Amino acid sequence: MIVIIDYHVGNLMSVQNAFLKLGMDVVVSRDHDVIRQAKGIVLPGVGTFPVAMEHLKQYDLIDILNERQQAGIPILGICLGMQILFEKGYEVCPTQGLGFLKGEVRRMEVQAKIPHMGWNDLMMKQKHPLMQYVHQGDYVYFVHSYMAYPTDDELIAYCEYGQEKITAVVAKDNVMGCQFHPEKSGKVGQKILLAFKEMVK
Amino acid sequence: MLAKRIIPCLDIKDGKVVKGVNFVGLKDIGDPVEIAKRYDEQCADEVVFLDITATYENRDILKDVIQRAACELSIPLTVGGGIRTLDDFRMILSSGADKVSINSAAILNPQLIKQASDEFGVQCVVVAIDAKKREDQSGYDVYIAGGRKNTGLDLLTWAKQCEDLGAGEILLTSMDRDGTRDGFDIDMLNALMRVVSIPVIASGGCGGQEDIVEVFEKTNCDGALAASLFHYQEATIEDVKALCAKHHIPVRRNYETRF
Repeated sequence: MIVIIDYHVGNLMSVQNAFLKLGMDVVVSRDHDVIRQAKGIVLPGVGTFPVAMEHLKQYDLIDILNERQQAGIPILGICLGMQILFEKGYEVCPTQGLGFLKGEVRRMEVQAKIPHMGWNDLMMKQKHPLMQYVHQGDYVYFVHSYMAYPTDDELIAYCEYGQEKITAVVAKDNVMGCQFHPEKSGKVGQKILLAFKEMVK
Repeated sequence: MLAKRIIPCLDIKDGKVVKGVNFVGLKDIGDPVEIAKRYDEQCADEVVFLDITATYENRDILKDVIQRAACELSIPLTVGGGIRTLDDFRMILSSGADKVSINSAAILNPQLIKQASDEFGVQCVVVAIDAKKREDQSGYDVYIAGGRKNTGLDLLTWAKQCEDLGAGEILLTSMDRDGTRDGFDIDMLNALMRVVSIPVIASGGCGGQEDIVEVFEKTNCDGALAASLFHYQEATIEDVKALCAKHHIPVRRNYETRF
């Protein structure tokens, strides 16, 4: 079973359905016992960095996420859920993140329209099991104004926008994140979720 | 690089598609969700549901359609038609749609654009504008009520105001071209694109695949919306994308059909 963390950050229906369609046993919850039993954790999120962190605190989820991360349970952050995996965010006000990945989240500096919204093609920087079914040049769906600035060795894939490299996929050990929405990214997105499903033992 | 979007639009009344779409093997040819699923499989980049239900009481039917669509679709969904208040936005987004398109309500109450983008984010506020060239050729007027009523507003002034208020995208329909199948209104789109910097979706007049290639080659618009072309299966979305790719227009295609 995998758990989609319910911390009051937007609609989780499409993420849940995307996993259900893959035949995955998936629940939406913030219950500690449920989270502890889960073999995989999905951290979704739409909104702003400080509000997301505030909600994690409010629902007493930070310690348990730390515990599960240290236990080696696969964790997948999506969009804002990926951004809060980093150490610090600068949206609205400087805010501490979960710190599972090294780096910060800042407003995009690009010579193009912000938000970065629409289908953009992925450039692979290094191999990763999460991306095993995805090809260089496959398109995925982005909606964001802030981006993660990870370390080189934790960047898996990026896309090009406004002549800049935009962080698309990050990973370190059991912690993974996608800036785009796999649940809105057609077949390519399904393949990424399938790969995550296969990593969940 | 961002892909140019190909967007099929479905007119929905009381939960059913108005123009009959006749897909082979479709169980319920009137069901917008079934049709949208087909478009998703054909690699549509987004689907638009335009609700033309006359009565407010039937909104529950629309809600159910959106919820089912959100479960089935793996691409973004935009819903428009009859949206008047922030509560309407809330209902549509919480049912699972990704964007809400407003038209008359924005003109009657421009602050709705600002309130909606403040509360839900600019990315989900689409302002649909129906415009028509003035008889003296001096520019374009904005129309409401399905093109029946001239508001007297100038297209470029209104579009700029929408952007300033927080619209995330403009869906521009040419009343001169709508239903003619003579091709998109290139001049009007270019005039609009000179004054706004948010994404613009072209609508009205698409009669064939070449029209979509033309609009991407001659304007800088971000997407092209079509109804009949896809509904009557004169072309699949994949056909259009293959033709675009041939013309070096960046489009999203499935890996299997890319080479």
